[in-house]
This record gives sequence, C-alpha cells and structure tokens, in this order.
Amino acid sequence: MTKHTYSYYPGCSGQGTSMEYERSTRAVCEAVGINLDEIPDWSCCGSTPAHTVDHTLSAALSGRNLGLAAKQGHDCVLTPCPSCLTNLKTAGKHMAESETFKEKVNRLLDEPLETIPDTKSVLQVLFEDLGPDALAKKVARPLKGLKVVTYYGCILTRPPGLMDFDSEENPISMDKLMQAAGAEVLQFPLKTECCGASHGVARRDLVMRLSGKLLDMADSLGADAVVTACPLCQMNLDLRQGQVNSANNASYRLPIFYYTQLLGWALGLPDASLGLDKLCVDPRPALQSISANKEVA
Amino acid sequence: MRIGVFICHCGSNIEGTVDTAEVSRIARDYPEVAFATDTMYACSEPGQDGIIEAIGEHKLDGVVVASCTPRMHEATFRNTLERAGLNPYMFEMANIREHVSWIGKDREANTNKAADLVRMAVEKLRRNQPLIAKEFDINRRVLVIGGGVAGIQAALDCADAGLEVVMVERESTIGGKMAKLDKTFPTVDCSSCILGPRMVEIAQHPNITLYACSEVDGVSGYVGNFSVKIKKKARYVDWDKCTGCGECVEKCPSRKAPNTFDEKIGPGRAINIPFPQAIPKKATINAEYCIKLTKGKCGTCEKICPSNAIDFQQQDEIITEEVGAVVAATGYDLFDWTVYEEYGGGRYPDVITSLQYERLLSASGPTGGHVKRPSDGKEPKNVVFIQCVGSRDKSVGRPYCSGFCCMYTAKQAILTKDHIPDSTSYVFYMDIRAPGKLYDEFTRRAMEEYGAQYIRGRVAMVYPDGKGNMIVRGADTLMGRQVEVQADLVVLAVGVESAKNSPQLAEKLRISYDSYGFFMEGHPKLKPCETNTAGVYLAGACQGPKDIPASVAQGSAAASKVIGLFSKEKLKSDPQTANVDIKRCIGCGKCVLTCPFGAIKEVDFRGQPKAEVIETVCQGCGICSSTCPQGAIQLRHFTDNQILAEVEAICRF
Repeated sequence: MTKHTYSYYPGCSGQGTSMEYERSTRAVCEAVGINLDEIPDWSCCGSTPAHTVDHTLSAALSGRNLGLAAKQGHDCVLTPCPSCLTNLKTAGKHMAESETFKEKVNRLLDEPLETIPDTKSVLQVLFEDLGPDALAKKVARPLKGLKVVTYYGCILTRPPGLMDFDSEENPISMDKLMQAAGAEVLQFPLKTECCGASHGVARRDLVMRLSGKLLDMADSLGADAVVTACPLCQMNLDLRQGQVNSANNASYRLPIFYYTQLLGWALGLPDASLGLDKLCVDPRPALQSISANKEVA
Repeated sequence: MRIGVFICHCGSNIEGTVDTAEVSRIARDYPEVAFATDTMYACSEPGQDGIIEAIGEHKLDGVVVASCTPRMHEATFRNTLERAGLNPYMFEMANIREHVSWIGKDREANTNKAADLVRMAVEKLRRNQPLIAKEFDINRRVLVIGGGVAGIQAALDCADAGLEVVMVERESTIGGKMAKLDKTFPTVDCSSCILGPRMVEIAQHPNITLYACSEVDGVSGYVGNFSVKIKKKARYVDWDKCTGCGECVEKCPSRKAPNTFDEKIGPGRAINIPFPQAIPKKATINAEYCIKLTKGKCGTCEKICPSNAIDFQQQDEIITEEVGAVVAATGYDLFDWTVYEEYGGGRYPDVITSLQYERLLSASGPTGGHVKRPSDGKEPKNVVFIQCVGSRDKSVGRPYCSGFCCMYTAKQAILTKDHIPDSTSYVFYMDIRAPGKLYDEFTRRAMEEYGAQYIRGRVAMVYPDGKGNMIVRGADTLMGRQVEVQADLVVLAVGVESAKNSPQLAEKLRISYDSYGFFMEGHPKLKPCETNTAGVYLAGACQGPKDIPASVAQGSAAASKVIGLFSKEKLKSDPQTANVDIKRCIGCGKCVLTCPFGAIKEVDFRGQPKAEVIETVCQGCGICSSTCPQGAIQLRHFTDNQILAEVEAICRF
C-alpha cells in the first residue's frame, strides 16, 4: 500500500473519555502507513445536541471543520468516531444536495465552504485501503485463541444511503480485521443494536437494559472480550459495566476494547501507545490468555 | 383515388384536447380526400356503420381513421373495410390519442399535430396497394412448456380436444410447485391428492408426449408451423429400462446432493426420484454430486440396478418437434430472501422459507409430516410467520405483491395448529390480501378458530437468543409499540419472481417480458393469455404471480385459444412481406445473410443469381430492405415511396 495522507478529525471524545481510542488509532495508522494530518484548529462537530436544536447550526459546526480540511489539500477526512462521522457526512451531503441549504450554512461561517471534502471512518480506510490480507502480513503477535464479539453500534453503518460502507444489518469489516489479527470472531447477532447511547445520563434504566442485553449475549456466546468502534458504545459497556451488573444482577468482567487497541496489540505496538491502562474492566487477563495460548501452541 | 377520413372523438379522450371537427375540415383539403367527418366512437357499431355507409355513398376506395393506436383497432377497421367490399389494406390509421391527446393539453397545438398526422396517413394511403393474404396449412400439434398445474391443465384440455400435445418439463418430474405443497387453500385439501391423478393422466394420455428433464433449446418458424429444438438433458439413466423401484436411491453413498424437491431441507442423493408420485417415476443422476461421474469410482447404482438402466455414458440429446402453437407455462421461482440481513441472511437454520415449511408439513416430506425444526429436530411450539419477504419492497427491487402469500400463510398457521395443538402461530403482516372466493373467510378462520396471532407490522430483526430460540422483533403498528416474540421456528413468506432464464426463453419464443422477467400478455385486460406473437400463448405464473385456481383457469383459457386457432381450415399469412424487384436485384446476397428468419433464398434466374422471399417464413421486419444496396427488396405496405411520402407530408416547409 502506498502511503496516503488524510485530513484527520479526532473529535472531542478522543480528548477525554476515549483518549485510548484516539491514541491507538494514531498508532495503528502510523504502523500501517496511513498518514493522519490533523485539521488545524478543529472544533466540535455539533454532536447530538446541535442537530436536535437546529440542522443549519449543526451543519455549520461540521462545515467549519470541513472547510478547514479542504484547505489542507487532501481529498478525504478521516475520523474514528461514528457520531462525528455522521455529522460531517450529513453536513456535506445536505450542502452538496441543496444550494439553498448550503447558502444558509455558509451565512453562518466565517469562510464559506465551496469544495466539500469526502469523509470516511478510519475503520473504512483500514478495511478498504489496507485490507485484511495486508494486515495479516503485518501481524507480529496474533490474537490466537482470543474469542471476541464485534459490536458496531447503531450508527457506524447507518443510514446506509449516507454511510455507504459495509452492511447496515450485518456489517463484517471489523470481523475481517479481527480475524486477520488472529482472533476468533464469534457470530454476534446484536452487532448493530443500540447500547442506550447518551441516555446514560437522563434515562439510566434504558442503558442498563440495552447494554445489559449486549453483555448477556456476548457472555452467552462465550466471548472473552467485546470489540467496539464507538466511544459512546465503549463507555456504556465498559465504564458502566459495574452499574449494568448491579442493575441486572450480573457479575460480568468483560473487557471492552476499541478495535484499534487489539489491532495495535497484534501489530506488536507498545502498550503505552494503545492506552490499555485506560480501560475500566481490566483487559490483562484476556491478553495474558493469548500469550498462554501461544506458549501452548 | 377517393379517400374518406374519419376523426374519432373517443368520447372525450381525444375531443377533450383536440378540435376534431377542425381536423376533419382541414383534411377535406388534402389531395384525393373526397369525404371527411368527425365521429363519436369510430370503433363502435354505429361508428363502423357510418364508415361503411360513407364508402358506399361517396364511392370511397380508401379510408383513414384518426383515433387510437393501431395495436388497439387496426384489425377492427380492416374488417370494416372488408365488410364494405374494399381491400383491408386500403386503410391507414393515424394515432391521435396516445400520440396527441393523451400527452398534450394545448388544444390548438394538438389540433395542428393531429391534422399533420392525418396528412401523413393520407399521403401513405395514396400509395397503398391492395394486398391479398395467402393461405397455408396448420400443423395441429401443440407444445406446452412447463409441467406445473397450469401446463398440465392446458395440455389435458388440448389433448382431450383431440390435439397432439408435446410437453417439455425442465425438472425430472412434472407437478411443479403444486406437487411440493401439503395442502391447498381455502379448502385445506391434500395437494397431491388432487394433482396426482392429473399428472397420471398426462403420462397415460395417448395424445401427449412428455419430455421431462428437458428444455426448449430453440424455436423457429411461425404460427401454425413452428419447429422446436428440445434438449433432452443427460440423466445417466436409461428411462426406457428404469422401473422406478428406487433401490439405487437407497444405496447411493453420495449424500450431500441437494434435495431440490424438498427445498434442500432433507437429505439428498446423487441419484434420485423426487417423490413417490413423480411422473415419470424415473431415477436421475445429479452429475455434480455423483462419485462415479466426478471421481470415476463407485458405480454402486450400476451394480445394484435390477434392470441395468444406469448409463454413465449418456449425453445431452437434441430432438426436433414440429408444432403449430406453443403454450408457455413455465411458472415462477421464489425470491432469494438471503439479501435480508435483518432476518439473518441465511445464517440461522431455524429461519426457513414457506415452501420449506410446506415440505415439513407434508407426509411425503423429509420429516414424514412431523414438524421438526432443522437445527435440533425439536417440535416447535411458537412459530412466527413473516409475510411480504421479497414482496411489496422497493428496497430489494420487488415492489409488486406476490398475491397468494397471505393465503398460504393463513393455511400454514391453521396446519401448524392441526399438527401441534399446543402451538401458537404469530403472523407479521402488512395488509391481508384475500380477495378470492372464500378467501377472506379463510384468513378469519385462522385468526378466530385457530388462534393465530396476527400482528400488523414489519419485522426489524430476527436473531438467536443464545439459548436455542429465535427472537423476532418488530413493530405492532396497530398498538403503536415494539413487540418481541420468542420463536422456535421462523417461516418467511417469500415472494414470487419470474422463473430462472425466463428472458432467455422469451427471446427464443420472440415474446415480450416485463422488467421483472414475467411474460407480457397481449393486452392487460382483453388478451390475458395471448402474446404479441401469433401462435404463442401463456398460462399460469409465468405471466405474473397467480394462485392455483387462477393458474388452472388460464391453462384452460390458453388451451381454448389453441383449439380455436386450430379449428380453422387454413391460416392466412400476413401479406406485409418483403418482395424482390427482380430487375433491380444484382444478386449480391446481402439480404440472405441479414434475414434473421432465413426467409430469403438465392435462386437462379436466366443464369444470374437473384434473391427470392419465402412468403410464409417472412415476418415483415424490413431488415432486408434497409440492407439492399439497390432498393430492390421492398417491404409491401411499407415501401420506400410510402415512407418518404409520409416524411414529406410532415416536412413541407
């Protein structure tokens, strides 16, 4: 694969709750030859609050970042966060489709947005540009014997007309990457179910029920870990796992990885660059079991 | 020449946006027009009488009618002329309905355009010549393609009327989809009990020749005289010797072959007889799975066969049959539902199709009529039916309703209760479509007497709960809430699509098909079993989704059309054929090469090669006329002079 440079939009979760996602994303991309050129002076994409109040405002917040990215001169913007991706893509699509909407948004921007750059998830680029076969060749520490379920969350591939990547009902990109890294991927039927998302604040009971269902299913399949690609999913399953347990009378200790962390680990990257210590449920037993399997093999 | 012009109002269809009186006034000034008028309905009896009257009164020898498309009424008016004693080809039609009044609202512009079209028709008619149709003999044999219930009905009706019938069936047995069904709605009578005797009749009827395991390879000729190439596929068993004892099937060690008759849920064999009542009841080897044919070893069947019927050397064979008419009754196939990832995309064994479920219900099915789910053989207690899988769904390219799924789902819910009294059926539906005789009563019975739980809404997701059952989650749009049902078995009411390779067969038969591959009828209302190709008729679901009664009705209708066609002493050929001007022909032979029907031959005329048209074979397509460098071949009724006169009529300035 030739080295390709992308504009990079880290998103605000990456600066806080999902620091380890951000860190491992950068580490993995560097290791496989994907250049991430961070958008200078990037700002909030609008997240959930903006578009619940006003679509123009939401598009303007994302549009500002798209404008800054366009100036960098790369053809495509990458972001690890599915929520940021939705906002960036929605803004770009609506502005491209409606001249009137574009005008309304541009009135809010210091510099009007003319060329609208393409937006993709880091996962899409890893899957399509690099691909599982090329990845498998770079694996230094195969995740041998590690049984994982892949959990994509509800918005990474949806709505299909907007995201234009993988299947909206049964996505497989993360499965293929995990298999390439040597893990055993179990058939997880709840790949695109909702975890409860930001309702964790206002309606905690919802998250307890929805995330609880995900953990129940992962456990009943015999998974050693759950692999995620979304900061909010990861937080609900990992940070709130204790709450979910007490609400549901369960006692799970399921590590919830970002897929980039496990890919980085398989590529042999140092632990510090993967932020494994940031995970709430201790991932060490799961990772140690890989080493143990290796010795047995 | 004295031409009469008749401008039709078509009620308000034309008159609404065209000033027909003005058009007839303009037409009176066209050359050789002796009479012009407007008329309310030219095609009606008084309308036609008016034309006949005018022909007599004004001594007309040619008529132009400006009305609808010639596909609708050209034949009608040609008849009118004949009744008035004129040659039917001294007639022209100007289409001022589809081409004018229906597509534009500007009355003035429409009136002008209509007048122009009438001028074209007049100019063409001035150059028309009387044409006389030739008569030719009919081969009173009929080919029926497809041995499902529609084809069986058509074949038996024709055979009983004394016609010789050739039936071609792709599979190794006739019976089609109906043979796979356990019971039929709305009477819940045994499907094979009512179909079986009809199948036997096909086998025993002295007028019927059956080619099973065969396909139509090519069709040439024309109405009354088709020549059909039939490919008898290699079945590696000499059917003249095979007695259908089934010993080979029992002993065959290759057990991975798909059992297509049981919709792939039962165990298969490389050598197989589809079911006990199969017609013909003969064994067939699936070459893809036969160990002898793939690896050269085994040959168990050959050793065991008491009548030495196994023949591993058998090859495909082409047979030619001459017939006078063709009935296409190729049926349908089921939509490949695995595109629905939300239903598991084929990953879950306990999500099956309705036809698979039918095999589980059937006493001759893989479970002997005991409902056992595929994953673990357990008898299901909660069965969820999902309707409209591949029907009424634009997102999978199937926007049409398959018509009979509502009914068979109700039937399967009833049968489930009969088989497993302590079971509950849940049916997710969009709308219940039960417009047949006793149909709605039947669906009510499923709900009210058999306790089937009907839930109006679509299913969002089917997934295993990890404990051996399936969870079906959907919307209940009447209650306005989400529902989740725990299911032991999920049955998908898969929709209908056109039979595989329908477009290819349509092209061989030179008939039209729609964008979904269903064959096009001659007219959506008035010619439901004819096609636009003379002598080719349709029966059953090849024309569109149909249940059994409708398929049978159309089978009989197609048969009556064939019988009607064959009741004529002789058929008249269309005189609109190509014609060679022997003085201009230089014998280059280009027309011989381009004619798609082989209707032109080279003859020797005083030592020089010349082209000659075989009129009964010529279809009047006109390819030869446009190929001929000399303009020596002209298509009668569409000569260069006639077409140029039409062009000049509209390009006057």
